[in-house]
Amino acid sequence: MALSQPRQAASLAADLVSDITRNERDLSGKAFRIALLAGIITAFVVLVVLIVDVINVGSPVLSERLGDLLSSTLGSKPETSGLSQALRGSFYIGVFVLLVAVPLGVSAAIFLEEYARQGRLTRFIDINIRNLAGVPSVVYGILGLTVFVQALRAFTGPDSNGRSVISAGLTLSILVLPIIIITSAEAIRAVPNGIREAGYGVGATRWEVVKSHVLPYAAPGILTGTVLALARALGEAAPLILVGATTGFLTSGSSYLPSSLQERFTALPIVISTWSGRPGEDWRASTAAAIVIMLAVVLVANAGAILLRNHYEKKR
Amino acid sequence: MFFAAAMTSVIISALIVWSLARETWTFVTQVEVAALWTDGWFPRRGMYDVKTIVVGSALITGIALAVAIPIGLAAAIFLAEYARPRVRRVLKPVLEILAGIPSVVLGFFALTFISPQIVQRFTDASQFNMLAAGMAVGVLTIPLIASVSEDAMRSVPDSLREASYGLGARKVQTTLRVVIPAAVSGLVAALIIAVSRAIGETMVVFVAAGATGGSLYSTNILGPGQTMTAAIASQAAGTDQVVGEGLTFQSLFFVAMLLFVITMFLNLVADRFVRRVRQSY
Repeated sequence: MALSQPRQAASLAADLVSDITRNERDLSGKAFRIALLAGIITAFVVLVVLIVDVINVGSPVLSERLGDLLSSTLGSKPETSGLSQALRGSFYIGVFVLLVAVPLGVSAAIFLEEYARQGRLTRFIDINIRNLAGVPSVVYGILGLTVFVQALRAFTGPDSNGRSVISAGLTLSILVLPIIIITSAEAIRAVPNGIREAGYGVGATRWEVVKSHVLPYAAPGILTGTVLALARALGEAAPLILVGATTGFLTSGSSYLPSSLQERFTALPIVISTWSGRPGEDWRASTAAAIVIMLAVVLVANAGAILLRNHYEKKR
Repeated sequence: MFFAAAMTSVIISALIVWSLARETWTFVTQVEVAALWTDGWFPRRGMYDVKTIVVGSALITGIALAVAIPIGLAAAIFLAEYARPRVRRVLKPVLEILAGIPSVVLGFFALTFISPQIVQRFTDASQFNMLAAGMAVGVLTIPLIASVSEDAMRSVPDSLREASYGLGARKVQTTLRVVIPAAVSGLVAALIIAVSRAIGETMVVFVAAGATGGSLYSTNILGPGQTMTAAIASQAAGTDQVVGEGLTFQSLFFVAMLLFVITMFLNLVADRFVRRVRQSY
């Protein structure tokens, strides 16, 4: 009887709510949420502090002698040293990654996703690729030292003992190959089967389906992977140390002619790591300026890749 | 032709093992056992104390994880369970950008910011110290832990969450007692991948932990130290040929082999855990 009266029902509901919540606010829930937020904000703050610190320290050099920094060669004094040879080395490493690693990686991904039958071999290749993606970069340096610097010296640079930008470019191409394969394979896997079936339905061969339907559809994903791989290769220093990047002085090597590919070389991250170890405020400022230049390239590439991916993800 | 491209990955693995194995064999067969257990890692003087660099790697990894696990996990839980799609779209790229920062840059940051501004402010550490280097390695592994654990938690089906809410559980309880246990394989995988990445990290330690050329055995994280990776890089840096007494050159391959075997083992174990998450949901 009592329940049928609306007033009492309302107060019963209030009683029930207070019974369940015991009139407590969800304090532990709130604390937990704040702790989580603190975690992600810490990551954000570290990123901001890092970028602001580097720009701050490097700003005198960047504002006073940016053109000079970009155009002069390595030297023993901070106020005259420049990055031209380093930029050239990094440029060629990027070219090698685009010409060697990208075609190879995308082909491998096409094979694994479109041609290979699921079996022991593909599983083995798959595990192998994912393991390669986790191999430390110094170990790739050792590979480059043995294969490109020593075994293939006649091709990579007889005069520079094999310590050339060819060796460096090939080593880093191998380093980023797993990244390209994995991201391309994911992009190809995400292509809806209906597209393939429609192609086969009108009598297209497998290659025609791949070439004119699957690849164009997967292109944004493949491009994202390519850009990420490029950014990784441009920032990687450890393998280059083993391949023999010059850390001190370099007389040659500011020419962009392909004939100079067999000469000794250096690259931006190598110069940064060497300059980091030099004492004094002036070297510190130059190092920070070089970092700003490298971060500008690497982070713009990364951010571009992320935006590209998000754009296409939203579209589909 | 595509098959050939796919096989290159297998060929690369074979080449890695081949290039490591030859010189490692020379090292293992020729080195005096006594030289492997001395006071420090000074390959140019014939002192190959393996424990120096292995313990160095372990210390750096431990510090890195102490930094990266709380932050990475909190970020992952927030992104997977709490953040609204719009907040997530803003915060996720922050982690991805952090993941894109080259490790030399973090080495410089460790040496010129973390070491003087944080570590030396609270301790009497030397300028080059393992604590600062380890913290910077931790920063590098935050995005890794966050993204792998977030994937694991997002693959937990919503029906489990709804069942938990249906029983009257709150969000915290649902997250801690339902989602995290369900995703635990993925979280373990994230941890293992982070360990593997931290052990393999070279440039931060090379730049910020000092000890180029060699290091005495030390467990003092406020002083300089050497890891397996930095030991390889610092022997090879700046010289045309790796020079030194007898087996200096071969010792690099030995250390690299050690590194390769350890990280491969960790990667394979992590892979197994990731697969388990995928199979169950």
